[in-house]
Amino acid sequence: MNILVCVKQVPDTNEIKIDPVTNTLVRDGVPSIVNPFDGYALEAAARIKDDAPDTKIVVLSMGPQQAENALRECLAIAADKAYLVTDRAFGGSDTLATSYILSKSIAKVEELEGVKFDAIFCGKQAIDGDTAQVGPEIAEHLGYPQVTYALEVKSAADGLHVYREAEDGKEVIGVQMPCLVTFTKPSFDPRFPTIKRKMAARKAQITQLTAAELTNIDPAHAGLKGSPTKVKRTYVPPRKEAGFVVKEETTEASAQKLYGLLNKAHVI
Amino acid sequence: MENYDPITQEILAELEKAAPGHVITGADVNPDYSRDEMPIYGTRMPDVTIDVQSTEEVAAVMKICYEHNIPVTTRGAGTGLVGGCTPVCGGVVLCTMRMNKILSYDLENFAVTVQSGVLLQQLAEDALKHGCMYPPDPGEKMATLGGNVATNAGGMRAVKYGATRDYVRAMTVVLPTGEITHFGATVSKTSSGYSLLNLMIGSEGTLGIITELTLKLIPAPQATVSLMAPFEELAVCISAVPKFFMKHFRPQALEFFEKEILISSEEYLGKQVFPRKIDGTDVGAYLLVTFDGESMDELNSIVESASEMLLEEGALDVLVADTAPKLKDIWATRSSFLEGIEEQTKLLDECDVVVPVNKIASYVAYVNEIKQNYNFEVKYFGHAGDGNLHIYTCSTEMEEAEFKKQVDQFLSTLYQKTIELGGQISGEHGIGYGKVHFLENALGPVNMELMRGIKKVFDPKMILNPGKVCMDLMRKGE
Repeated sequence: MNILVCVKQVPDTNEIKIDPVTNTLVRDGVPSIVNPFDGYALEAAARIKDDAPDTKIVVLSMGPQQAENALRECLAIAADKAYLVTDRAFGGSDTLATSYILSKSIAKVEELEGVKFDAIFCGKQAIDGDTAQVGPEIAEHLGYPQVTYALEVKSAADGLHVYREAEDGKEVIGVQMPCLVTFTKPSFDPRFPTIKRKMAARKAQITQLTAAELTNIDPAHAGLKGSPTKVKRTYVPPRKEAGFVVKEETTEASAQKLYGLLNKAHVI
Repeated sequence: MENYDPITQEILAELEKAAPGHVITGADVNPDYSRDEMPIYGTRMPDVTIDVQSTEEVAAVMKICYEHNIPVTTRGAGTGLVGGCTPVCGGVVLCTMRMNKILSYDLENFAVTVQSGVLLQQLAEDALKHGCMYPPDPGEKMATLGGNVATNAGGMRAVKYGATRDYVRAMTVVLPTGEITHFGATVSKTSSGYSLLNLMIGSEGTLGIITELTLKLIPAPQATVSLMAPFEELAVCISAVPKFFMKHFRPQALEFFEKEILISSEEYLGKQVFPRKIDGTDVGAYLLVTFDGESMDELNSIVESASEMLLEEGALDVLVADTAPKLKDIWATRSSFLEGIEEQTKLLDECDVVVPVNKIASYVAYVNEIKQNYNFEVKYFGHAGDGNLHIYTCSTEMEEAEFKKQVDQFLSTLYQKTIELGGQISGEHGIGYGKVHFLENALGPVNMELMRGIKKVFDPKMILNPGKVCMDLMRKGE
């Protein structure tokens, strides 16, 4: 089985800094990590490989040069190969342009590796943008079936069995391959890298794909030009005050108290 | 037993005047103040507790207690493990928890001045904001710095940076008479008479009350990597320890533990962090080692050489934690060993012997040999890098009296072995109340008399933390 895992390098902070002029993320001076949900996607792939050692895991990221560090971390954890899509022309891409570039890059990686990926794994969302759009959009570009919010995946004769987080428990969804799965936080963390993998990852060759190699990309659909999203303004939302429970001795008394409070606040 | 005087209404009124609004009596006294984390050594409710707020308030209270011959026990967060802050003679408990201000940083001299009730975690986090590290790192982060100094607490980084003693520059002390004095200075060396500063460190609240501390800081290391080495057998795991020093790897922390203790901690935290099998082989024990330095480039070669050595010594694999979440996960698990044990047992006692590093393997073998003779379960882990072992006796089925009897015998045997191997009976927890009767055997009558002499000079009426360290209440004529 061949699995491609999409990963994003994200700033390790809740206080995302935004460039007030371009309205894009400021990455300088903020420690970077592999987006945690992408880490769960990688661990899910690693667990498939534990059972079927001939599984090939390739990680793909789009970002600046320093995103190589995130890819090396993935190589140390479980990935066999890593590709970095990087070009100034791709800067400022919104989710539509990003998913378009990634879907075309996946085709390019398949060509270079001489394989067809049976499954594309993504984190459900990146903790900096929180849109949860890129994974599903890649599936649309590729025309693949998709399952979102996966906790665990098992390989079966008829495709993948995806254990998916639902409101009142888990549901199991069978999906034919090739497919795309996005992962949420399961009860386990990605494994620790072994020293051997860590050392190998430090020296590993990471193939860079630029616009020059990705001739299958239409420049009109990439970067700022290819992004219909227009950011008007970004800001850190104010912290909400904690709520409280109105609980009197009887339901009537509770209702009365609630009415009093709402009335006082001029809500009703 | 010492003869102390009762706290009359008049004395109570005087105390209330000395510490207005902070004096608590009778049914309002918090039962937590009757003990530390080891109630097995006995509990006793104090007559009065005072949540002191300043050095002057402590001095005023001490003057009254000295005049009226009332026993006083100082207490920080009550996280001790030897009954050190248990008011075994009743009287007054002074709690320092409200003296929790970080007073000032002197970044030119890498020093910070704090009130003694500041928590270890509070200082550790605050110092990092100033680009500094406070190196002592005892497992209990919610302990007060005053308590850490009073017990000369060690912790996991002691293997590279030393124990609390190495980071105390100066202190303000209230003597049992109520006089306020200062020991030490913000200097890096001194040859100016007996070190009263060092006498206070590790004195467990028996000589004076520490109200302020000036502590040494270091520039915070910029890079940290931990290695986790699982082994099939504990003996093989421990025998790798001296190699770290012979090869000059200078680890910041070096810990060993068996799988059982890890599982109880992971169950307590509700999260499995460590692998229990490597390539189909069951893991029996783990070595956990941390390196710190100025950059990852500097650490990479040390990490590689240390890993190579560990694999040669029989580690099943070497796993790397170099990201903030992974480092947090493994050290949170390590720091919760005691809580994990406490949750799973009814009766608990412990000791924290320290032996020369090259004697740990034979000491552990001895513990395993003699534990067969007792009905309780024995669990242990240790700061492998400084030969400090934490050995716990646990039982949920035994009768308390029988448990205590057997533990006393077990500990006597263990301490005997410790002395034979050139060790000491406590590495970092102290003597407190629970280990008083073992200390004389370990140190001999000459040294004990010296200690008692020092105690009398500081505390002529023997009112400060009675029954602790060298003052055995069972002895006649004290």
